[in-house]
Amino acid sequence: MKKIIIFLFIFNLSNNYVYSIEPDIFVQSTVNRASQILSKNITKEEKINELKSIAKETVDIIGVGFYSLGSARKGLDENQKKQYLKLFENYFLKSFSSRLAEYTNPEIDVYGKEKINENYTIVNSVLSATSNRPEVKIDWRIYTKNPNNPLIRDLIIEGLSLARTQKEEFSSILNSNNGDIEVLFKTLEKFSNN
Amino acid sequence: MRKLILVIVSIFLLAFSANAGSNGELVLEKNKQTEIKDCFEKLNRATFSFNQSLDKTIIKPVAKSYRKLPDPIQRGTSNVVRNLSNLITIPNNILQGDIKTAFINTARLAVNSTVGLLGTIDVANKMGFPKYVKEDYGQTLGVWGFGPGCYLVLPVLGPSTIRDTAGSFANVLGGDPWYNASVHGNNEFLSQKVYLTSKALSGIDFRADNVESLDNLEMNSIDFYASIKSLYTQDRQNKIQNNQRGNIEVLYKNEEDWEEIDSQ
Repeated sequence: MKKIIIFLFIFNLSNNYVYSIEPDIFVQSTVNRASQILSKNITKEEKINELKSIAKETVDIIGVGFYSLGSARKGLDENQKKQYLKLFENYFLKSFSSRLAEYTNPEIDVYGKEKINENYTIVNSVLSATSNRPEVKIDWRIYTKNPNNPLIRDLIIEGLSLARTQKEEFSSILNSNNGDIEVLFKTLEKFSNN
Repeated sequence: MRKLILVIVSIFLLAFSANAGSNGELVLEKNKQTEIKDCFEKLNRATFSFNQSLDKTIIKPVAKSYRKLPDPIQRGTSNVVRNLSNLITIPNNILQGDIKTAFINTARLAVNSTVGLLGTIDVANKMGFPKYVKEDYGQTLGVWGFGPGCYLVLPVLGPSTIRDTAGSFANVLGGDPWYNASVHGNNEFLSQKVYLTSKALSGIDFRADNVESLDNLEMNSIDFYASIKSLYTQDRQNKIQNNQRGNIEVLYKNEEDWEEIDSQ
């Protein structure tokens, strides 16, 4: 019995050790994967497709989607939520990957992290300067509710949050159209299909 | 009449410099994200379209040509306009009660203007001075508790607020020693043209630094106007609160919207 308890204890420890992923390592590893793709000698379209698959694995697209919708998410029925999440995923993957695909061989170094609560850790990194642009500080909001599966929820570039910018964009579209969610759906669809 | 035109042009150029050069403000309750009211949205969107056309036909091509100049010229120009901005930053450091930084920036200005050959070389940076952070009268009004008022898009100059625009007036009402010396200085070296050129260069230098990032943002936005408004708002908020690294609690805590979302 004693042996079983010791075994279970050690198993539990090793389990945590093996599967729990530190947010900073997670970010550096994600960045390295993206960098490899961006430095490959393949077409831009191919790069975008490969970046999309990384984003699907590492970004909390559902969470970001609902955050971007702001208070409007409370007024959606189940069907509208499903429709929105599908449209948002297409929009997000296209927008996110296209933004990244503009960079060639970016060098991002992770140098710090700070746990702000059980659900979030902020990881600090820096995008090295090139001849065309200065050094850029990037913070990553990592959702750590499940420590074995950390997910990116926001990128804060020089103090400017991409998620908040996206949320205010959506809010602007809704406000200009009397809160009509269908207009937002059409806008997202149009963007994804272009 | 000539003076009036000069004042109007100066305000535009100064505001451009303030917005573009990444000095900004916005008055918000601490730790609270608040969207600025867009009271003049229709007019703002029309002005935004006009500015975009102007940018595409004149400003962006000039900025791209500027980038083709040799690196030392670009760096020197950038250093000169940044050094001149100390003349607005220092009084604002004092008005915000940050006397220590005012002393540091005064020393920075003195070193760069002399040893640094009229600001072309950032000697102070090489000597290990703390990182330079621009301040302006709009930020000071924000620190004093004035709200941003409505969002404004100014012709040529881009995003602003009622408060930020009002803050820019302080520059031409005696708050900018560079303006005073150039326009009212009665000396043979400085003139209105020198002053306006320095402000135009400041704007071009900023635009040249952001050619790709703005292109990228425009291409991937579903409402470019709203994106710019949001980024301007966030930038000003950060600057008024002096949010920097190490101030992580101010930046990232108390964001209720995130807390409500549970996708796991």
